[in-house]
Amino acid sequence: MLCSERITRLALVLVILAAPMPGLANPFEHQLGNGLRIIVKEDRRAQTAAHMVWYRAGGMDETSGTTGVAHLLEHMMFKGTPSTGAGEFSRLVAAAGGRDNAFTGKDYTAYFQQVPKQKLAQMMQLEADRMRHLNLDPKEFEQEIKVVMEERRARTDDEPQSLLFEQMGAVALQAHPYRVPIIGWMNDLENMTVQDARDWYERWYVPNNAYVVVVGDVDHNEVFKLAEQYYGPLAPRALPKRKPQIEPEQTGIRRLTVKAPAELPVVVMAYKVPVIRDVEKDADPYALEMLSAILDGHDAARFSRNLIREQRLAISAGTGYDSTARGPGMFYLLGSPSEGKTRADLEAGFRAEIARIARDGVAADELSRAKAQRVAGQIFKLDSMFAQAMEIGQLEAVGLSYRQDARMIEKLQAVSADQVRAVAQNYFRDEQLTVAELDPQPLPLSLRVPSATPRH
Amino acid sequence: MKLAQLLCPLCLALSAQMAAAGPKIEHWIAPSGARVFFVENHSLPILDVQVDFAAGTAYDPQGKAGLASLTQALLDMGVRGMDETLLSNRLGDLGAQLSGDADMDRASVSLRTLSAADKRVPALDVLRAVLTSPQFPADVLEREKARTVAGLKEELTRPDAIASNALWAAMYPAHAYGRQATPESVNALVRADLVAFYRNNYTAQRATMAMVGDLSRAQAEILAQELTSGLSSSSAVATLEMPQLPVATEQRIAHPAAQAHLMMGMPALKRGDPDFFPLVVGNYSLGGGGFVSRLMKEVREKRGFAYSVHSYFLPLAQTGPFQIGLQTKKAQANDALKVARDVLAAFIAEGPSEAELQAAKQNLVGSFPLRLDSNRKILDNVSVIGFYGLPLDYLDRYAENVERVTAAEIRAAFARHVKLDNMLTVVVGGLENN
Repeated sequence: MLCSERITRLALVLVILAAPMPGLANPFEHQLGNGLRIIVKEDRRAQTAAHMVWYRAGGMDETSGTTGVAHLLEHMMFKGTPSTGAGEFSRLVAAAGGRDNAFTGKDYTAYFQQVPKQKLAQMMQLEADRMRHLNLDPKEFEQEIKVVMEERRARTDDEPQSLLFEQMGAVALQAHPYRVPIIGWMNDLENMTVQDARDWYERWYVPNNAYVVVVGDVDHNEVFKLAEQYYGPLAPRALPKRKPQIEPEQTGIRRLTVKAPAELPVVVMAYKVPVIRDVEKDADPYALEMLSAILDGHDAARFSRNLIREQRLAISAGTGYDSTARGPGMFYLLGSPSEGKTRADLEAGFRAEIARIARDGVAADELSRAKAQRVAGQIFKLDSMFAQAMEIGQLEAVGLSYRQDARMIEKLQAVSADQVRAVAQNYFRDEQLTVAELDPQPLPLSLRVPSATPRH
Repeated sequence: MKLAQLLCPLCLALSAQMAAAGPKIEHWIAPSGARVFFVENHSLPILDVQVDFAAGTAYDPQGKAGLASLTQALLDMGVRGMDETLLSNRLGDLGAQLSGDADMDRASVSLRTLSAADKRVPALDVLRAVLTSPQFPADVLEREKARTVAGLKEELTRPDAIASNALWAAMYPAHAYGRQATPESVNALVRADLVAFYRNNYTAQRATMAMVGDLSRAQAEILAQELTSGLSSSSAVATLEMPQLPVATEQRIAHPAAQAHLMMGMPALKRGDPDFFPLVVGNYSLGGGGFVSRLMKEVREKRGFAYSVHSYFLPLAQTGPFQIGLQTKKAQANDALKVARDVLAAFIAEGPSEAELQAAKQNLVGSFPLRLDSNRKILDNVSVIGFYGLPLDYLDRYAENVERVTAAEIRAAFARHVKLDNMLTVVVGGLENN
């Protein structure tokens, strides 16, 4: 009895995941007259709500000389409007018992609050206010640009692996703006002006370039009413035309080396691969996702089992592939060689693993395991309201619909072993490859001796 | 994002009335002797189980630093009847997720599985084997020692890790909390060390088990016994010495990084201390309250010195630390250090203003539902309550305990626990400025 009851419940969840019928099922959607879309997913497990505002403007929309402005503006969004003083936004969220922050990606900039559900209306009021009424005070800008430069030092300049990825992006891509770091080049930050931030804000921060995602213990009709009230009065404006900036074809291998203080060498191999543009017609991105899981989906997946555990070639080895993006896709193989092994040894090891799949294919149980993990992961995701809101927001950001989510899972489940073998054969060619290596530099010996002195 | 995880595989780190009640925590002792804490919740077809042992790094024997972490790491790398590959494949087939960690006090193993019997039962069989029959194969040990040593060597080049290691060593010079694994100590470990550490510390008496999710009480009772009955039994109680308070010192360690890393700290707070609530509420205003704390205002908002600056208490089984940390470009390291010290000294002397106190209470009480709005968060809370023996109504009374705190109590509690005469300072990088 208990068991069948549980299986029924599981089946129910799967049905919800698999078949969101427009107009009927959760999530619910509504568009305001000014173009702003509101997506609401009711989840009544706890009396809280996640509120997010996503703008379709990120690092890839920047132009040369003002890199980092999308992220800088994200910081300035906390610096006040005529009705909310500098720093007031976060103070009000904190007073409401909430948590807030924001993040800038290559594809988007997004702002969120997690709050007790009664405070949702206030959050919508605050976000609507700063969507069109930001102060952009020059004095606040002068302070905040310093904070952003500290952020760059902390997260990139002093992080050898971040530096490696930054340099690799700029080599692997030559025309597409994905080549530029989201935080911006330091020299562009040093020369950034408040007018740059203002131009960015005026260009992109309009309701017709944004969407709101709410997940939580809310009634969707109530949320739509609140959205009309707070976001409704904001005027839309025509958006500038976005240029495609398509990357010219790469015709040979590219290599680069970064030197930085570190102990462990790192090898990153980045192959240009497709991402999902059409959920129905595309096939290869789903097969690439399965390939990634078969190589690196769990502790005994191929990279771990073969490269780390059996051959002892690497102390770490993994893959990275995101099948959804506004810009071009990249499939990463990355890791650190074991002591006594070289970066070239590890690169050869990576190549051999791909070649083996291209030649022999993958076993049925490897593929079914990758699929089982994916299905369970979709259910585990339901434990977090924030994760559910992120999933909706990220799909929308790349031009797909959250309503296609279930279909994408079905397409993943339908991937065959032959398809996995075919993508291993077709995409992992030197013509599409950039290899980036971290060449670790020892700390100067003179810098290694700590000393302690009494303070008083 | 997955890449970030991959890149760091070696880092082994409303109204008060309405929401005041926490989840109903059921507690019993399994026949094995393990303490069990259970929250029944059928809203999702998921079960989370976490087992914590008093087997954290503080229990590393003298000269064997790194043993607790390595023992924990090898639990699932070969069990009776199943090698590491078979074990991982089986969990993968079930879609189950096994994870674990060792901090100062606790060594933990946790399993997240779908609750349907055809997934749950075999996944829990794997968990039981991991808890009760790890084999610590010699060749796996050699491999993992090499990986651990490589990770430690990498850490020794990182300014944040150098600062943290130096601070902990200075805060706990003669105490287990200050002991740190080194390449030498890890290289010297042998299989017999792991076997002995497991036998002595992974006992039913030192285990607490937290379960949250789609299970009945009757099923939970059976499960708790099944998972722990194979553990060895021992009357030996886990004890740690009380640390001595160090004398304030300042260490400067050179490093070529663009930023200097500044840390201050001292042993300050033990789990179960009656000053817990005054210190936590006070720290919200000092440096715990995200964008609205004094440290954030003075260091980041007013001066643009740092991206991140914070203070926190880490209460442990014995006196855990109070810490302040920030990073700033080398040239302004001394200025930033002075600002942080001034903010701390002023707060110790004056405590929070009435407005700050109200803001702290508003947030800590108001945000209470956010601490419990997923099974995962409930599990985290329940496992801490269980492991440290906090009252079962800790969550139910959290809001009223916060509301009750006065500014005078905060001043008195800070005066008792956070003393400038015992405050250690470590600055890594930025030497050329002196």
